[in-house]
Amino acid sequence: MGSLVDRTLAQMRAGLDAGDFTSEDLTRAHLERIAAVNPALNAYLHVDREGALASARSSDAARRAKGAAPPPPLSGLPLALKDILCVAGMPTTCGSRLLEGYRPPYDATVVERLRGAGAVILGKTNMDEFAMGSSCENSGYGPCRNPLDPGRVPGGSSGGTAAAVAARAAGGGYGTDTGGSIRQPAALCGLVGLKPTYGRVSRRGLVAFASSLDQVGPMARTVDDAALLLEAIWGPDPLDATTHPEPPEPLGREGGLAGLRLGVVRDWLEAGVDAGVGAALDACLGRIAEAGGELVDVRLPRGEEALATYYVLATAEASANLARFDGVRYGQRRLQEGDDLDALYTRTRGAGFGKEVQRRILLGTYALSAGYYDAYYLRAQKVRTLIRRDFAAALDAADVLLGPTSPEVAFPLGEKTRDPLTLYRTDIFTVPVSLAGLPALSLPCGESGGLPVGLQVIGGPFQEARVLQVARGIEAALQLAPFAPAPVG
Amino acid sequence: MAELSSGQVRAIARLARLQLAGADLREMGGQLGRILDAFSVLASVDVEGVEPTAHVLDLTGGGRSDQPVPSLPREAALDQAPDAAAGHFRVPRVLS
Repeated sequence: MGSLVDRTLAQMRAGLDAGDFTSEDLTRAHLERIAAVNPALNAYLHVDREGALASARSSDAARRAKGAAPPPPLSGLPLALKDILCVAGMPTTCGSRLLEGYRPPYDATVVERLRGAGAVILGKTNMDEFAMGSSCENSGYGPCRNPLDPGRVPGGSSGGTAAAVAARAAGGGYGTDTGGSIRQPAALCGLVGLKPTYGRVSRRGLVAFASSLDQVGPMARTVDDAALLLEAIWGPDPLDATTHPEPPEPLGREGGLAGLRLGVVRDWLEAGVDAGVGAALDACLGRIAEAGGELVDVRLPRGEEALATYYVLATAEASANLARFDGVRYGQRRLQEGDDLDALYTRTRGAGFGKEVQRRILLGTYALSAGYYDAYYLRAQKVRTLIRRDFAAALDAADVLLGPTSPEVAFPLGEKTRDPLTLYRTDIFTVPVSLAGLPALSLPCGESGGLPVGLQVIGGPFQEARVLQVARGIEAALQLAPFAPAPVG
Repeated sequence: MAELSSGQVRAIARLARLQLAGADLREMGGQLGRILDAFSVLASVDVEGVEPTAHVLDLTGGGRSDQPVPSLPREAALDQAPDAAAGHFRVPRVLS
């Protein structure tokens, strides 16, 4: 089974339960691995060595206690958190220089639940600033690199968590997904990443980008691990009125494709995937059919319209949400002699936000401004309704939908930094799902040029269990070897 | 649309409270113009009679019981402020 860090979360948990090793052993192994790979990858922005070891020792003590209750599900498991989730007293930058040094006064609900579940939080991971990007190059703290090939991007915006998990520098972790920011980096790093249904996971303590789209979700090396991580955080939160009030049913661990209609999104396969990605997806669909999956074709024709709709709505929401960063209550402040309050705002925001964040704030402000509101924001909201209807029709014809996660494999650093639209286009298969609010998982389905290709499995509202069941069935049918990180040093 | 003028970008930046240098105004003008051109695909969609979606959940009026609970202590709220004094956030003079 190799070294401790090569194990899946399920294997780590089994080893802890059997007494083969302690959480302190496991945590130290991960901290060593972080020290070895992070200088090259820049996956972690903050490593909480002492806090992680303290959690590990407390988990070990609880396991040793005579007559103790069974340990909680994540007890002693070392995890990585995207640096957009508030952890009390721990730096939380959102990848922005504007929030350098900020330490939140409270834990996000997700973090409270992780603590309750016994998780060991290794640290906070790199990301595109305020989750705006698809390559993890828009970080105020330098780009993160793909551990499978450090000349390439890990994807984004949750690129740091993806890189950490793929590099064996965390057993699993959490990202956030507004338009694909869990699924695309999972695809580019050869991982499983799941964006839950909008409303499934609390957003309290998640620094807001686009409030009608943002969701927290797991990133892991197997479907089972993703399920374990999802169950620890989901369910209603009285402090987030957009969480669904019904507690979710506990997830089973069954997998299988028999008796399910799997809808293949033909429009996505026909339009704009790289040849190698297309070939990997075709081969994977062939294996699924051999394993008893019933494939049917479905149509989702509004790709270009969905991309435009997403970028209008997400930037409009961001322009309102990011108004809070004004240099008054938290974060950095830029002030010169003689500045009034207005100059404090504009100077702080002009100096503190990176280019992509400024571009999106400007776009959103424009889309919401008098004279343009109807043509952009209101119209995009109506097109969003049409996109939701398209998904509803496709999910009438099939139990889940299958398609590519990303049109291409991990691309070289710097390849898409000149023209923002080029980078926006990489989100073309993930943003439609986000607009419809549906659960979707990306899992590795093959390779192109030695780099992983992701398959997206999309379910109806709150059907995470079915999505995971299908993903587990596909994982079993494909039997892919894990993607190994490149040697370091 | 092609390109937004520096004046147009400056006006939007003013609304967004962003201070941008002259070179940034020009660069942003070109980029925003190209992005807005790509958004123009929305203009050709028939949305006659279609209701807008602000939110995908069919939930309304979620609430919690009206029980007072402790709020963030004042010191904790002020702890991360760039400047605070006498229990308040301190900012430059607003009225001259």
